Amino acid sequence: MSTDKTGSVMVVGGGIAGMQSALDLADSGFYVYLVERSSSIGGVMAQLDKTFPTNDCSM
Amino acid sequence: MTSVSGEEGNFEIKLVQHPRYIDMEKCIACGVCAEKCPKKVTDEYDAGLGKRKAAYVKYAQAVPLKYAIDEKNCIYFKNGKCKACEKFCPADAVMFEDQPKELTIHAGAVLIAPGCSVYDPGVYDTYGYKKSPNIVTSLEFERILAATGPFSGHLLRPSDHKEPQKIAWIQCVGSRDMHPGSQPFCSAVCCTYAVKEAIIAKEHQKGELDTAIFYIDLRTHGKDFERYYNRAREAGVRFVKSKISTILPDGDTDNLLIAYTDETGRRIEETFDIVVLSVGFSPSKDALDLAQKLDLELDQYQLAVTSSFEPVQTSKPGVFVCGTFESPKDIPQSVIEASASAAMAESVLAASRGTMIQTKEAPAEIDVRGAAPRTGVFVCNCGTNIGGFLDVPAVVEYAKTLPNVVYADDNLFSCSQDTQEQITQIIKEQNLNRVVVAACSPRTHEPLFQETVLNAGINKYLFEMANIRNQCSWVHSDHKDDATAKAKDLVRMAASKASLLEPLAEPEIAMNQSALVVGGGLAGITAARNLARQGYRAYLVEKNDILGGQALNLYETWQGEDVQKHLAGLIQDIESDPNIDILTGTQVKRVEGFVGNFQTVVDTAGKEQVIEHGVAIIATGAQELKPDEYLYGEDPRVLTGLELDRKFIDDDPGLNEINSAVFIQCVGSRIKERPYCSKVCCTHSVKSALKLKETKPEMNVFIIYRDMRTYGLREELYREARAKGIVFIRYDVDKDLTVAKDQKGINLRCTSYVLQREIEIRPDLLVLATAMVAPAENPLAQLFKVPVNDDGFFVEAHVKLQPIDFSTKGVFVCGLAHAPKPVDEAVAQGLGAASRAATLLSKEKVLGNAIVSNIEAQLCRGCQLCLQACPYQAISFFEDRVACEVNQAVCTGCGSCAVACPTGAASILHFDDQEVLTMVEAAFN
Repeated sequence: MSTDKTGSVMVVGGGIAGMQSALDLADSGFYVYLVERSSSIGGVMAQLDKTFPTNDCSM
Repeated sequence: MTSVSGEEGNFEIKLVQHPRYIDMEKCIACGVCAEKCPKKVTDEYDAGLGKRKAAYVKYAQAVPLKYAIDEKNCIYFKNGKCKACEKFCPADAVMFEDQPKELTIHAGAVLIAPGCSVYDPGVYDTYGYKKSPNIVTSLEFERILAATGPFSGHLLRPSDHKEPQKIAWIQCVGSRDMHPGSQPFCSAVCCTYAVKEAIIAKEHQKGELDTAIFYIDLRTHGKDFERYYNRAREAGVRFVKSKISTILPDGDTDNLLIAYTDETGRRIEETFDIVVLSVGFSPSKDALDLAQKLDLELDQYQLAVTSSFEPVQTSKPGVFVCGTFESPKDIPQSVIEASASAAMAESVLAASRGTMIQTKEAPAEIDVRGAAPRTGVFVCNCGTNIGGFLDVPAVVEYAKTLPNVVYADDNLFSCSQDTQEQITQIIKEQNLNRVVVAACSPRTHEPLFQETVLNAGINKYLFEMANIRNQCSWVHSDHKDDATAKAKDLVRMAASKASLLEPLAEPEIAMNQSALVVGGGLAGITAARNLARQGYRAYLVEKNDILGGQALNLYETWQGEDVQKHLAGLIQDIESDPNIDILTGTQVKRVEGFVGNFQTVVDTAGKEQVIEHGVAIIATGAQELKPDEYLYGEDPRVLTGLELDRKFIDDDPGLNEINSAVFIQCVGSRIKERPYCSKVCCTHSVKSALKLKETKPEMNVFIIYRDMRTYGLREELYREARAKGIVFIRYDVDKDLTVAKDQKGINLRCTSYVLQREIEIRPDLLVLATAMVAPAENPLAQLFKVPVNDDGFFVEAHVKLQPIDFSTKGVFVCGLAHAPKPVDEAVAQGLGAASRAATLLSKEKVLGNAIVSNIEAQLCRGCQLCLQACPYQAISFFEDRVACEVNQAVCTGCGSCAVACPTGAASILHFDDQEVLTMVEAAFN
């Protein structure tokens, strides 16, 4: 299919929001560049012990 | 990111990839580099409480699980000598010559989710944070509680590693504060996380632990958060509404003396072992830098500017924002916005969908049928979560003695990326054809391990999990021997089942690429509009004769946008969209089918029609409670919040006649029958109070409240209202609040907390901020087989990570049907639902459920008990054969038929009688 728009998206930030956007986009047919400043994704949520209000493990 | 050029549809972005000094292809994450590295560095992941090395990985489950060398701290980069990591690396992965790489990428849209920083209380150090190690931030306290944290999950205080007896939380540190360095906004998450930390701390401590939360307003405004708050109070967490004067060291002890003023003005002093500062969000430098390069407009807080009706659209076309850089918010709302921004990008780039994707080739499946079982058992330590409470090596040795087990070993974190690769490798080397992982819950981790075995060419249904954490090490943490014995039992049971497992195939289901959206309010309209723009057909069904839902009753958003104007624009948009069929005055009657192939019968004025669709979005809304108290319905001067909005919309001249107005908050919310917060009413009342003041500045306006929950950036309105002379009175809920009528007019009495006495007001207008309530009957829940909670709102698949999905595949929820929420959040969830739906609609076929019922034709005698038992109409009876048969595409694998079947003909694949009974037998062996 010829088109004048690029079928890829850059997502900046690999925290929970960036990861979810990247997943949705990739799952619906777009190539995703997930750009993260630090050496791994996960963001602040990876530092949390549990999450409210279910006390589930954050990891 | 160094620069960006181009425009929506075609951006060119230049990036610099910083050198890692470790070859990602070669690194096996063995950790030798970190072990040998002599340089200790403060660990940011442990919020500064622990140490890491200059060669490091952020945390054990990091993705990608590849080490990195921290150039700023590495001895070699400083002195030119050391290279211990290089010397000892067994994979030859260290490369000190690594250089920054410049990359150029092309993208049609840019999504930014840079987050916020956490407020640093050390800068102005009002609370002496830097002076005592026992004053910690809430993020540091998260690490103290965490099993992977500096104290391995033991609740100890930093100064002397003793178990604390008393812990205090100080709320609003760096938030709701006009002082330099602090943020005027409310960070929206700290109240609930403090409640969480107090509950978890109490669970950690074996003895008594006294916990006290010092707060201004307790803001547990999210879905189910109020219940959580109530639970904490029942568990003995103390909530003290107060102003903190000082926190000082208590003599020579490491304790801390908090001096505070309570609500009645009394000065009180109390000693604690640990003081947790509930720090809020601050704009991050990195985010500002990014925004600058993208040329985005920022607000007075240095956060991205958005609007209520376009909550993820930045000032620049083609650039979308989600998460806390938009405004302070919690995880579910960040996830909702993440999907919303994806939806926006998908609609902009719809024509280019699929042009750049690559598909992953799964390795060919090895046929194991007929081969003798060769089972591998992998026992997880889960850091110390399992390994700290039971004898993992003993469980491994035991597993090796079990029938058909040819391999067993333990892992530190079985879920880490390197372990996944190792497991795949071991499966191949050992020719395993059954795999057992003894770790945590299959609910969260089974899909991950199924993928692992799939990568080794093993059918994913040849995998079995034993939960030796949640159901063993965690609950028996005081009894190591018993916990070890139980773990052995659980592994034996799982291994016995594994021997009987058979490979299963997931059926392919064709996807009807259209959506049914039920509910034509703001959320439903938004979802339908976005799906249409993505190129999918949407059927928008509304039971009323007009579209708009609750938005029809709203005057302005909290940001001052005209709701009626925007709503009219949206309706006009969708009415002219050829991809949208609008069916007003229409109700859903019956629903048949499943993801990909739903057939829904709708009724429009007595005429039925069938809509075929692949997915469904439920956006059926909620209503404002019409109360039966405070003279409502008896006196025309008593209105609900929305009834006052109507007067604003109509520009009612009667409003000029009012000299005194009172708002009563939490009417019907946060009470025993309705123990939830309706989230929108505090902001709505403040907004309306300001409007009244604007209409007539000399009007006396009072707001009688319990906690003012003007969360996030809405705090600005609360501040403005106080500055403009609106009087806020916190009333004692345990004492009467009465509204009566006499010759002189309305007479309201309540007890003020601050004054500690009864007050009386005689308003000309009484506005009741009533609860948002779900419909009493919700037939859609039945029709789509999706759950509702005790309050009547729909229950999402996961409160944090799947706030739009249902457990039922292909059905999504948005708007007030999910929970009370304001306009911007309803729009975001509408967009989010469109994105979630598009993950399915964009495919021509989806994989169905393999774990379904199967009726053995030879054993079936056609009694049809299964047919009656099936809640999903998945079973048909064939008279010619006198037998029943399952439509496996409809079947959910619930097992009702297997229970009902008297002959044993019906059984659930992967959970048949033999597979389950062998586990029972193994349990008692």
